[in-house]
Formats: sequence, structure tokens, C-alpha cells
Amino acid sequence: MSDQTLFSIFFSAMVVNNFTLAMFLGLCPFMGVSARVETALRMGLANIFVLVLTSLSAWFLNTYILESVPYLRIISFIIVVASLVQIVEMVVKKLSPTLFRALGIFLPLMTTNCAIFGLAIFQTNRGYGFFQGLTFAVGAGLGLTLALVLMASIRESVEFSDVPDIAKGTGLVLIIAGTLSMAFMGFAGLL
Amino acid sequence: MRKTTASQDFIRGIWEENPVLIQMLGLCPALAVTNSVANALAMSAATFFVICCSSVLVSSCKRFIPKEVRISAYILVIATFVTLADMLLQAYAPVQHKELGAFIALIVVNCMILGRQEAFSAKNNVYRSLLDAIGTGIGFTIALVMMGGFREILGTGSFLEFSLFGPNFEPWVIMVLPAGGFLTLGFILLAMGFFEQRKKAKQAQTAEASS
Repeated sequence: MSDQTLFSIFFSAMVVNNFTLAMFLGLCPFMGVSARVETALRMGLANIFVLVLTSLSAWFLNTYILESVPYLRIISFIIVVASLVQIVEMVVKKLSPTLFRALGIFLPLMTTNCAIFGLAIFQTNRGYGFFQGLTFAVGAGLGLTLALVLMASIRESVEFSDVPDIAKGTGLVLIIAGTLSMAFMGFAGLL
Repeated sequence: MRKTTASQDFIRGIWEENPVLIQMLGLCPALAVTNSVANALAMSAATFFVICCSSVLVSSCKRFIPKEVRISAYILVIATFVTLADMLLQAYAPVQHKELGAFIALIVVNCMILGRQEAFSAKNNVYRSLLDAIGTGIGFTIALVMMGGFREILGTGSFLEFSLFGPNFEPWVIMVLPAGGFLTLGFILLAMGFFEQRKKAKQAQTAEASS
């Protein structure tokens, strides 16, 4: 059991060890859907939702099942994440068609999002309990949302400026991400 | 689809369709573990093992995998080999295993591996799939070692822990920090864009001259 306070877990996951900018998790959506602020925000919210559910089920698996068969961890986590995403998709479709349409393709894509899988693994490695895991998930989700929205707003304003031809596309996004990551390093002294 | 020869399958993954530098797949490990060449090598070796084994298994079992559940089946195959790689690395390279930590487990969600299974191994025979996997694995290794080299040389002034510049070199600490990963890959892409553009300009010039 880790002895960090909930507060430090929350802030560490959100800004200091931001999933995208400091740990490079969830880069695919970061590159893919960060062109518009609105979609970036929706993607971030969907992420928080699935992260919290993943954290709960990872905790359940760790406490009740994987105790005796630790070598099945990777396999069982990936199955849980994949089926969780499927279930969430079906439930959301049934309960709120509006939200389902708003999330669109991003919901199923979450299976191969390393942030989700990474959360389960990190939570296990650090030995977080139930509430610590929940706090970690919410913090990480907010951090992802923050990074996505920041990136999207920068890209929206860069769109009409005159960048050199060679920098158009992913190269530019990566340089911006590097700069953002440097800015986030400033939070390192916070904890 | 264009028919390709065996050697094309092999070469393609190394440069022309390099998974990291051209297709932008598998970025998470490429950025996260390349702060030293040794880590980059360990990561590439693990990924290489996983992609080769799963390509062989998927292409040899492709007749028994129903179309509806093929993605889940591929993920299960990959997860099994990742577990194996995790255990092997823990047994034979405990230092690297500790450094890489959770990123070994994260090979499961490396889209490059799943992408090769879906795009190639599911449609081709074992021999071709193995060649394709080896090519892609080598391409991944080249990209990772290149980034690890840049970052380690600039960030600590050494290569594979041999000091290069002597004690007067002031290391660029930023390069081994997370921001350095983004910047390194960004600048590599910019350089590739530059050469691409120059090649195109040259081709246009020769076309003009000949007409």
C-alpha cells in the first residue's frame, strides 16, 4: 500500500506527471484529435469516464483475482479494457443517444489508447488502494483533457499562420508538444 | 492491392514505411524509453520478439480465427507474447527491466504490432509475414536507436555510457527529459521533410530540363 496522500496523487497525475506530456501515454489521440478545441474537450471527457471505470475494475481484479495468478495480469487487463469499452459503448448508446453521437468514433478507439491500459498497470505497480486509484484516474483524466485542450487551442491559432512547408503536419505538432512539455516541467517543484 | 515480392515485404518496413518515422505508429514507447541507447535497444528487442512471434502465429492460424472476433484474437496473441517478453527480460536483463518498468507491458497497446497483424499477417503466408515482421521490427529499432543516440549524446555527453566529449562538455539536460523526446522526434521529422522537399525540387528541375 502506498502512503501518498490523495491530494499529492491527484496533482502528480494531473500536472507534474501529466500522462501525455511527461509520460507519453495516449499520444495517438493527442496527435489525431487535437485539431479542434471542441472535439479535444469531448475526447478528454470520454477519457476521464473510461479511466475511472478502468481504475475500478483493475482494483477489483488485483484484489480478488490476480492475487494467485500474477502472470495473467497483462492478458486479463487488456481483456477487461477491451470489454469495458464495448460495454460502455452499448450503455451510452442505449441511455443517451445524444452523448453517443457526440463521442462518435472516439469511444471504440479507446481500446488501443495506451493511457487507459497504462493507468491500470501504473496503479498496480504503485500499489494504490481503492480511493487512491480513483483519485489517480480522475487526476490523470483531467491532465489528459488539459493537455488535449491546450494543444488544440494552440493548433487552432497556428492554423492560419505562415509556417515553413517542411514543418506542416506532425513535425510542427511535435515541436509544440515539446514546448508544452517544457512548460509543464515548471510544475515539478510543486510537490 | 499491388503484388509485392518477398524482398519488398522485407525492405518496406525498414525505411519506406518506417513504422515510427513515416507512419507515426508506436509513438508512446518511441518517445518514452529513448533517453538512453541501452533502454532503446532493450525496448526494440522486446518489441521485435513480440512482433515476429505474433506475426508467425497469426498468419499460421488465420484459417481458424473467425472474422468477427479477429481483433480480440490478435490482441490476445500479442498479450501472451508480451507476458513472455516481460518474464524473459526480467530473467536475463533485470536492470533494463527495472528501467523500462511499465512500458514493457505497454507493448500490448503498441498500434504498430496490431496494425501489422491486421494489414499483413492476416492475409499472407507464414514466410512473408515473418519477413514483414522482421522488416518492421528493424525499422522500429533503427528509429528508436537513432532517437536514443541523439538524446543520450546531447543529454549526457556519452554513448552507451562511454564518455565522448570529456569533462568540459556541458550536457543538455533537457534532451533526456520528456520535452527532449518530443523535440528530438520533431526535429528528425523536420529534417526528413527538408530532404523530401529538396528531392522533389531536384526531380522537377530535371523534368523541366529534359522537356
